Parts: sequence; C-alpha cells; structure tokens
Amino acid sequence: MHIVDGALSNPVVIGGAVLAVGGIAMGLRKLPMEKIPAAGVLSATFFVASLIHVPIGPSSVHLIMNGLAGLVLGWAAFPALFVGLLLQAVFFGFGGVTVLGVNTVNIALPAVIVYYACLRGVRSPSAVAAAIWGGVGGGLAIALTTGTVAIALALSVEEFLPAAKLVFFAHIPVMIIEALLSAAAVFLARKVKPELFGALTVLHGAKGGIQ
Amino acid sequence: MGHVLSKSEKTLKASGAPDAQGSFVSGIDPRLRIVAAVAYAVVAVACHWIPVLVLALGVSLCVMLAECLPIARTLKRMAAMDSFIIFLLLLLPFTVPGEQIFTVWGFTASWEGVHQAVTIALKANAIVLMLMVLVGTLEAVTFGHALHALRVPAALVHLLLFTVRYVEVLHEEYLRLRQAMKARGFKPSNCLHTYRSFGYLVGMMLVRALERSERILDAMKCRGFTGAIPLLAKFELSRRDSAFAVLMGVVMGSFPVLEYLYGAV
Repeated sequence: MHIVDGALSNPVVIGGAVLAVGGIAMGLRKLPMEKIPAAGVLSATFFVASLIHVPIGPSSVHLIMNGLAGLVLGWAAFPALFVGLLLQAVFFGFGGVTVLGVNTVNIALPAVIVYYACLRGVRSPSAVAAAIWGGVGGGLAIALTTGTVAIALALSVEEFLPAAKLVFFAHIPVMIIEALLSAAAVFLARKVKPELFGALTVLHGAKGGIQ
Repeated sequence: MGHVLSKSEKTLKASGAPDAQGSFVSGIDPRLRIVAAVAYAVVAVACHWIPVLVLALGVSLCVMLAECLPIARTLKRMAAMDSFIIFLLLLLPFTVPGEQIFTVWGFTASWEGVHQAVTIALKANAIVLMLMVLVGTLEAVTFGHALHALRVPAALVHLLLFTVRYVEVLHEEYLRLRQAMKARGFKPSNCLHTYRSFGYLVGMMLVRALERSERILDAMKCRGFTGAIPLLAKFELSRRDSAFAVLMGVVMGSFPVLEYLYGAV
C-alpha cells in the first residue's frame, strides 16, 4: 500500500504534503503533553500490529488496522501513523521521501473518517453492536485507503488507472479480514477496557493519561 | 525497535563497526544527513532523463559502499520496497499507449510504458537507498533529536521517541502473547477462528498498551514531570560537514545541469 518516490506527479505530491501537514497539526493540537505517552505507546502498538502477518488463502497479508487506530486515537491518528510511516521509510526503506505526505493521508485520513463515522456505534451499550460497528470501521478504512491510493495514482498518471482498479479489487479480501479482526478487537476491548475508544479524544471518561 | 530493528539490524551497520573514522558519512552532522537525503529525493524526482537517473542510483550505491554497509542486507531491503511496486510497474507497459514491442496474451506492451516504468523504478531505488544510507544509519534517538534541531514540533518529536522506545517493548509482548497462543494449540489457518483470535490479540495489545501508558505517565510524574521533556542534544557543524555539504551540493547540482545540456529529448 506504500506508494514510492517518482510514481506521482508534482501536484499530487504537494497536495498530499499540504493535507498531511494540516492533519498532523490538527492532531498535535488535540494532543497535550500529558497524552503523548499514551499516543506514543498506541502508535508503537499499531506499528507492531503492522508486522503481524495473517494467512489469507495460500499467502498472507500484513495488517494495517488504521480503522481501529482512528477509533482509539481520533485526530491523533495523523501524527501517530505519520511517525510509523516515517520510521518505516527511514529504517526499513518502505515507501519514500517525497511521497511521505501522500502515504500519510492515504492511511490516516480514512482513520479520521472512521472515527467520525463509527465511534458512536462502537461506544453503544451493546457489545455486539459495538463489534459490528468496529467491523464496519475496519473494513471501511481499508476500502478508503485503497480508494485514496488509487485516486493518487490515477490523478498522477492516467495509465495507472487500470492497475489502480486492480489493486482495489485485489484488496477486497483484505478489507474483509481487517473488518473481522477489528470487530473481534473491539468486542474484546469493550469487555476488558471500554474507555479505550476515544481514550485520547474524549475528555471526560479518559483515563488514558490525564488525571 | 523490535527484532527487525534490533541493535545490529536497526542501523544496517556491520556489528562492531567503528562509528567515527573510516566511513564516509558516519561522522557527519545528523541534521545535514537528513537535509541531504530530502534534497536528494527532491532533485531525483525532478529529473526525467534515464542516464541521469542511472547516475543517481550509481551515486547512492557509491555512498552505500563508502559507508561500508553490509551490501547484501541493504540491497535486500531495497528489494523489499520494490516488491510493493513491481506489480504496478509490470502493468505500466501494457496500459501506456505507444509504439508496440511485444504482445502477451493479446496485450501489447509499448516502449513508452517500459520507459515510464524504468524511470519510476530508478528514482524510487536511488532515493530509498540514499535515505537508508544517510538517515537509516542513525540511532533512532539521534534521528529524533536532529529532527527537533530542524524545527520539527517538539510534540511530534516526543511522539516519535516514545514510539521508538515502545515498539521494542510491545513487540516482545506480542511475541509473548503469540507463544501463549501456541502453547494452547493455536495454529494460524484460513478460518474464522484464526481471524477472531488475531483480533483478540490486537485488542488485548491495545488494552495493555493503554494501561502501560498510564503507568508510564505515573512514573514520569513521580519523577517530577511537569509537562515538558528537555531535548538536550546539541549539534555543531564541523569542517568535515561543510565539505560533505559542498560535495552533495555539487553532485545534486550536476543532475539537472547534465539533463539540461545532454538530455534534450
């Protein structure tokens, strides 16, 4: 899902960078120093989650879990996922330099959309309803991510369009798996620690860092 | 940072390699290395003439050799990036219209498409290799401090430092949980049970992470945390840094000049 340097046109790269800077600024504004430890540890969790490989047919995929990241982090998903992508680019060589902004938007914008679309459902009184909303969020985030990747590619080079479409359809099984995993994760977290969702964003019930 | 970024792996350096003398970029100011890698990326992306891009990849390879990095491991990482895009690049010759070269199952490949795919592959590899050699060889903590010195907001730097610190811890926790699952007879396969178990695993990791972060904050407060963490590292430019800056400037400056003079396509 990482786009590399050289694949995108200048307007797309610049547009992505501007959007990413805006999102990161927005996320940092909602992140006082007291919540940085919580955000950092959660950011590390999603980094580790992206190293998990889940079997799919004869092959396996690595998790992205950006829907879940949105539900837990809210706008802070922007800086948290940016940090993950930056570390991956620098130390693993995944992705690139100039495309860092576009890659951040592709992963973090769906997270924020899921936060607004599904958080209410995930905090609903019934754990089963919460799990269903978590699954919807998990699947939606991957669908949106592949969608934005496809748009970034197609806007840059028209001839990428067929490939971008193929990438989207090839990711439908991934969407389903991420949806199932997110639903299970929400179901468990709802039983064990319901305040996890919105821990960084909702001021009153938040034990995640503030006193 | 995790097993993938363990001490020896993280910095891509041969274990026990001396840090200061001998190698090309080791002693260079981390700020300068970050700026150089970003500038190199911008210049390489802006170029389009293939010989110049081959030269750019050559320069990256030379810097890698000068830095005495383990060649096989570094190139393997570069190849890992290529595996992300290989699919996209392979399709490009068939989707870009132009002069026909060959046909596969009724799809015709065009020269223009091949040209475009080669251009992208060269740029991506040249840039990522330079980034891994110049910046990827830094300690992750030094990288954070250098970003702070480059005016990246302190909150973002702290977020980065916390992430770097806890990726390792949480990866160990992940391995412990996986071992516990294995001890109970869990074997990943293509079934709902597997997906539900992995979901519970991720959920459990999140719950534990949040609880851990509460303990961390309490411990920080216990030691007098008042809402600011000092970032103390100071960097100073030496004469060697200036020489490096001039050299990189000349190399990067030569790319557009060469393209302008000879690459009039």
